Amino acid sequence: MADTPPLEIHDLTVAYHKKPVLWGVDLVVPPGKLVGIVGPNGAGKSTLIKAAMGLMPVSSGWVKVFGEPVAKNLRRVGYVPQRESVDWDFPVSVMDVVLMGRYGKLGLFKRPTKADRDKARECLDKVKMLPYANRQISNLSGGQQQRVFLARALAQESDLYFMDEPFAGVDAATESAIIALLHELRAAGKTLLVVHHDLPTARNYFDMLLLLNMRVVAFGPTEEVFNYETLQKTYGGRLTILSEVAEAVRVKG
Amino acid sequence: MSRSANISSRTNRTAVRRKFYSLSSVLYPLSVFFYLLCTHSAHAARIGDISETTLWDQALRFFTFQDPSVRYALLGSMLLGISCGLLGSFLVVRKMALVGDALSHAVLPGVALGFLWNMSKDPVAIFIGATLAGLLGAGAVHLIKQTTRLKEDTALGLVLASFFAVGICMVTMIQRLPTGNKSGIDKFLFGQAAAIGAADVQLMGVVTGLAVVVIAVFYKEFLVTSFDAGFARAVGLPVQAFHYGLMLLLAFAVVIALQAVGVVLVSAMLITPAAAAYLLTDRMHRMLLLASLFGMMAGALGAFLSFLGNNLPTGPFMVLAATTVFAGAFLFGPRHGVVARWWRQRSRAARVQRENTLKSIYHVLEGRGFQGEGVSLRELAERRRETEEEVHAQARALARHELATLPGEGDALFLTPAGWQTACAIVRNHRLWELYLTHTAQIAADHVHEDAEKIEHVLGEDVVRELERRLNYATKDPHGKVIPAVPVSLGTKSEPTPGYGRG
Repeated sequence: MADTPPLEIHDLTVAYHKKPVLWGVDLVVPPGKLVGIVGPNGAGKSTLIKAAMGLMPVSSGWVKVFGEPVAKNLRRVGYVPQRESVDWDFPVSVMDVVLMGRYGKLGLFKRPTKADRDKARECLDKVKMLPYANRQISNLSGGQQQRVFLARALAQESDLYFMDEPFAGVDAATESAIIALLHELRAAGKTLLVVHHDLPTARNYFDMLLLLNMRVVAFGPTEEVFNYETLQKTYGGRLTILSEVAEAVRVKG
Repeated sequence: MSRSANISSRTNRTAVRRKFYSLSSVLYPLSVFFYLLCTHSAHAARIGDISETTLWDQALRFFTFQDPSVRYALLGSMLLGISCGLLGSFLVVRKMALVGDALSHAVLPGVALGFLWNMSKDPVAIFIGATLAGLLGAGAVHLIKQTTRLKEDTALGLVLASFFAVGICMVTMIQRLPTGNKSGIDKFLFGQAAAIGAADVQLMGVVTGLAVVVIAVFYKEFLVTSFDAGFARAVGLPVQAFHYGLMLLLAFAVVIALQAVGVVLVSAMLITPAAAAYLLTDRMHRMLLLASLFGMMAGALGAFLSFLGNNLPTGPFMVLAATTVFAGAFLFGPRHGVVARWWRQRSRAARVQRENTLKSIYHVLEGRGFQGEGVSLRELAERRRETEEEVHAQARALARHELATLPGEGDALFLTPAGWQTACAIVRNHRLWELYLTHTAQIAADHVHEDAEKIEHVLGEDVVRELERRLNYATKDPHGKVIPAVPVSLGTKSEPTPGYGRG
């Protein structure tokens, strides 16, 4: 069991309207790591995690989760979509949303039980949102919405997590709360892949980085991968980003 | 024990009866209005042998299912209302309202084909034909979307109009046929509840029952696929299957509603009750229940009004009844309703006004070093640059909320402990915020007043504590004025404050 990597991607190619957005991605993620996925806009970061979970058709390649095809092992996969992907006016409470994290385990025909509700409450407590359990979701701030999504992912009790920009547009308190939570999950032996858009913090937050720009530019421990050459390769000729990179590297060295 | 239970059940029943009477007393004039609107002549309605003359007798006869001929009309209208409300709720939360419109227009050619099958109004043949046409329409929308650059709204508009045009041509042709003019197929355009027969009601019962059972059994799946399809797929749910299942049920609901509501307006029965329910609740399961209830009520009321009006088309009446419910929710909804929102806004504005007056009183007192207790209305008017009448109105508002008293002649205000506390809190909020902006946000001291004027009314206790902590419990604002502490434990509200304890 220890040998099977949580996530193994082989030669994955994904195309939108016949235009490829990801080319021949190979990736083997070791267990218990907090992995940041970094790259410019349109690099295919979100596409990669969606394709890895089988949420979109792939042109070629395969994905294995704990040694099994991903479709067979979805129960071991947790997901935090982008916050903007849903309508926050939807008539559900915070509790309803977190309970959705239990649906995968429940299967068809079964309703959430008391145990599921207790679990959901526990997860809400972990992200400090328990007092909001009965609120309708539109009455939440951006950071609170993000924490609800995290609580839902926690309720999935998975071993491998995909998170799509959990730090986008959240307040500082939420950002540090999320980081603490990610570290807690890692300590419990979970593997986490997190799409991240902010280079300077990426260096501090993650054990490993995946630098992506339609293909894998570099993947490895953060201190090995986070250097001027690889970042320049990833971000190409974007000057503003490059100066940001230079600054980040300067601070580091 | 049993006796008290008995009494309480009796009071309950009386309460219910009273409520029923009060409801009917509202509905009665409304119905009379519609009655006068619809019937110019005195002849009774056509369904059965109705000889009652008063509206009340007719309503009684109609709604108690006594008359077998109106029984089907009423039952069918209620059933279609339930299924439309239930499935329409999902259209509304999925932002697919136009899909209902397109689907309902697209079924018309199918209705005509079903009729042509054996030249009669066979419910099953029409049901099959209409469902097939609806699905064909949905498929056409999908095809246009997939193979061209056109977006969904354009595809829906295209399919809606073209299918409807084909349907109109076919219906007109059927009416020209020798047997066609008695076929009743024209009823499918605007709806006629009276045309509902026993076989129709059976079919409606089956479809509505199916919809209720499927939604109840797969409630959590429909919920998560509607709210967050990406997540639903990630937990392994067949999202597409649920989508198509919902579309199929929706097509069924449209088809059984056609005869009573008509092709043109059936989409309103999907959307309107659901939209009203959406405004009234923040939970999906309650929305489903409310929408079904509203749909049922609209169906029954529409059928009744059509029956009163000498079998006028039912569809418009049902839709009007549903729209009335929607207007009620729009205007009087407790949380999102226009009246409630207006009221909240008004009371907030009034509170801000009171707090500003209290602040001015504080300033007047501060200006004279907190000597003397009362503040004359003239002083206040000068301070606020307002007329004495305006200030007098504000003084009365303060007195009403027991924030100040206007003893004797009523030309001077004395703050109550509660008023003094609020005044201190507002001034403190204002000055703390100014200090915070100049200190932490590096904004110039002469730029912060306007901002603080707004913020002072909304700062909560937690934020104030935080501000105080961050500012090291500062005592002076950027303009050198003292930030007042808020006296927490003061005596009862009623007595006027003796002295303010500050210099």
